Amino acid sequence: MNLYYTDLITNSPLLTLTATGLLLILIESTKSTRTRLTFGVGIVGLAVTGVLACFHLTPEQSTFNGMMNAGGYGSYFTIIFVLAAILTFLLSRSYLERMGNNKGEYYILIVFATVGMMLMASANDLIIVFLGIELMSICLYILVGFFRVKDRSNESSIKYFLLGAFATGFLLYGIALVYGTSGSTNLTVIARSFPTVSSNTMFIIGVALMVVAFSFKVAAVPFHMWAPDVYEGAPTPVTGFMATGAKAAAFAVFVVVFDRTLGFSGGKLNLVIAMIAAASMILGNVLAIAQTNVKRMLAYSSIAHAGYMLSGVAAANTEGQSGVLFYLIAYLFMNLGAFGIVGIMEGEDEKNLSIDDYAGLSTQRPVLAMLMAVFMFSLAGVPPFGGFFGKYYVFLAAVKANMTWLAVVGVLTSLVSAYYYLRLVVLMYFRDGKADVPMKPSFAAMVAVCVSALLILQLGLYPSAVVQLVQSFH
Amino acid sequence: MDLIEAFFKIVIVIGALITGAAVMVFLERKISAYIQNRIGPNRVGPRGWLQPIVDVVKLVMKEDIVPKSANRFIHDLAPILSISIALCTFAVIPFGNTIELFGRTVKLMIADVNIGMLYILALTSVGVYGITLAGWSSNSKYSLLGGLRSSAQLISYELSMGLSIIGVIMVAGTLRLDQVVVHQTRYLWGWLPAWNIFLQPVGFITFMVASFAETNRLPFDLPEAEPELVGGYHTEYSGMKFGLFFLSEYANMITSSALITTLFLGGWSIPFAENLALSPLTMSLLQVGSFVVKVFVVLMFYIVVRWTIPRFRYDQLMNLGWKVMLPLAIANILLTGGLLLALN
Amino acid sequence: MTLESILFYILSAVAIASALLVVTRRSPVISALYLILNFFCLAGLYLTLHAQFIAVIQIIVYAGAIMVLFVFVIMLLNLGDERKLSEGMSYKKVIAVGLAAALLTELIYIIETSWIVLPASTVSQGTDIGTVEYIGLQLFTGYLFPFEVTSILLLVAIVGAIVLAKRKY
Repeated sequence: MNLYYTDLITNSPLLTLTATGLLLILIESTKSTRTRLTFGVGIVGLAVTGVLACFHLTPEQSTFNGMMNAGGYGSYFTIIFVLAAILTFLLSRSYLERMGNNKGEYYILIVFATVGMMLMASANDLIIVFLGIELMSICLYILVGFFRVKDRSNESSIKYFLLGAFATGFLLYGIALVYGTSGSTNLTVIARSFPTVSSNTMFIIGVALMVVAFSFKVAAVPFHMWAPDVYEGAPTPVTGFMATGAKAAAFAVFVVVFDRTLGFSGGKLNLVIAMIAAASMILGNVLAIAQTNVKRMLAYSSIAHAGYMLSGVAAANTEGQSGVLFYLIAYLFMNLGAFGIVGIMEGEDEKNLSIDDYAGLSTQRPVLAMLMAVFMFSLAGVPPFGGFFGKYYVFLAAVKANMTWLAVVGVLTSLVSAYYYLRLVVLMYFRDGKADVPMKPSFAAMVAVCVSALLILQLGLYPSAVVQLVQSFH
Repeated sequence: MDLIEAFFKIVIVIGALITGAAVMVFLERKISAYIQNRIGPNRVGPRGWLQPIVDVVKLVMKEDIVPKSANRFIHDLAPILSISIALCTFAVIPFGNTIELFGRTVKLMIADVNIGMLYILALTSVGVYGITLAGWSSNSKYSLLGGLRSSAQLISYELSMGLSIIGVIMVAGTLRLDQVVVHQTRYLWGWLPAWNIFLQPVGFITFMVASFAETNRLPFDLPEAEPELVGGYHTEYSGMKFGLFFLSEYANMITSSALITTLFLGGWSIPFAENLALSPLTMSLLQVGSFVVKVFVVLMFYIVVRWTIPRFRYDQLMNLGWKVMLPLAIANILLTGGLLLALN
Repeated sequence: MTLESILFYILSAVAIASALLVVTRRSPVISALYLILNFFCLAGLYLTLHAQFIAVIQIIVYAGAIMVLFVFVIMLLNLGDERKLSEGMSYKKVIAVGLAAALLTELIYIIETSWIVLPASTVSQGTDIGTVEYIGLQLFTGYLFPFEVTSILLLVAIVGAIVLAKRKY
């Protein structure tokens, strides 16, 4: 292969962000006391990446000797990841300062995690999928344990690392078997040889192992065990980043690998994924009711949301794909927003993390309470917020794919979920309490949550723009 | 027939290595004595030349003591590992060109594998186990510290060793050691032998320093630093098991000298000897002789360095390894690559 | 039986035995040593497949570097023999063994009943496939992009290690 310059241009978002990350390392190694510069350069790099990705929403083309798909889905996901990273940047700064641990490496790791996610979303080869997952996961292992002096942060980092390493093992075994039976790691080649190998036991086992690995990454039942503990122990902005960006990346792989390469055959694989989806919706929502810690509650809620999105994947039709893509961007704003407010509320030493601490927030901090209410309504799937249309599209896709039972489970569990989302709203508005916010929230963090809330409204009121964009990829 | 040939070569090489080690022990004692203005061993045989034999006999006769709380199996295993790895390394080193004997063309190396350099790197990388396990199994703090130091030190210097070989590989374009030697029989500008010491001066220096560290010789002998650790990893060893460690240390020295000779000093090649019109047999023998002489010179350098330079402190050792040697070796690769690109 | 298949059976037998011993031995150092033995057997298996480069890299990287660090850390922490966590049979253990057995029978059943001969490999079967030259050529032509990504991955791992290991914030 020759490195054609056109490959470099069509992959410019990825290369820009990688260069940004390398630049940040250089800045950090020379001016290690100034995190402001790291922060600023990082934001600018992310923004430029996002803008470049917007210009590359063209049909996909194969680059780097068939290793990468530039444009199309990849660019759409890049925009999601970049938005997640920028919002996380904005939320993190004041949070880290409050916790007395504002280090430049944090931003570097977030940038490189984003690079890993972009690789996953644009991959056209299982090797790239693997490398992207590892790049993202290694950054996240470190970010979860970033508060090295806190026991809980360490614990969750170790847990995530050990289980994540297991998941990687599953993924590699799966890739090895798929490679052994289909003779290639290239997704295009695998898709071409799919009709001949799809009945091969070894191939099926390989695909099943890969499903295990990706289900772990999206925290779907029964591979969800790590999520509550890790989400609780990680620094709150990192939790938000993991719950949105990392999850979106894993779903990108689900869409790219399973739906497009292995999916449309209507095999047993769809049924397996549908069962995983149903289990995630039921278990996540039911267990979330029992939680008293906000971060744990949101963790179970994110398991449930993984279930909703997996129903779109299981449907394995174009509606399902675009439904998942729409859901992901709505979920990004509502979940990052919710975690952003949790981060704003959180005091040192893990104070203010109980649900009861939110009682009476509306009288103390009316704006925060209102924004939180918006996020909760959206997560519950109440119209006219973005979350509603996300659910609508994925359930519609499930019905079209003759999986009505899955849609029924989804709607019923959504009703269950309304209980715990609205409980928080009730606490904030109708209970007296002395919710005390540690200090005035920083400007950057407020911008982040306000923008998130506005975009959720926007997505809920005018979903057609994004839906049309998403459908144009087919 | 090939098997018999290989067998003979193995016997000859191992015999030469062990004899060489014994001679080296004697020479080391003698030279250190001269450097320190003493006489050295002079009682056994003429000028003490029979001393090595007596040493060996003494070691074999001595009682083998195993500490009560030691792990017996690993305590026994460690010296065996050490000596076998030390002897195995020599298998891929060409100690001469081909030789015509009884109508057969015999290649003067035991195993002609096409990944010779990688084989050597692999063996040096596992060579540390003998020392580490000896330190651990003895169940003594001095031994343990020695073992710990050696594993940290060997890991640190293996990197720069491997990276400095890469320069040679790039120049020669092969991983076969005999090809590397053949490559060095050319001439630069018609008069300078194209030895890699001239082509790769930085690589030579880093490799030399790294091999000092890999063989645990002063100034890198922290694993057995006598003033601090009594005897280091072999504190709890006696008798022939101690002898094996001693032997493997010197065998390692000879092997790494042979490696330096092969990689950087032209191996068995004799510059301008092809103009002398000698018979093939004489030529082959002369080449083996030239190899032995070169190895001997490097060995003498080892010994002189040991008795002139003080020991590093531990942090100095690590700083040198990671902050000087490694960047130098990487810079050497960059430079070599750039020059090769520019010249081709 | 050819020499290669004899070697294969010997090496895999030793590999399996040493892998079992890794798990069952109490002393961490002994476990680590069996793991090294296992790596050597794997390297031998690679050699029988003409993958010399992978074989040597297996020894250099795993046996020579990673396991040395393993042993180093075990020795540095001076880990003693592992203590038994719980005495006797707990109900969890019974359930776990039962489930594992069920899964195993299921797997064996599936593979036995629907074993399909693997498709003839589409990869070229030359003996040069495992050589350094071939791997280098592939790595720097077709697989250049993953190669570069790997370098980023390693760089990030270094940054992460430093973040976690720095003494004080």
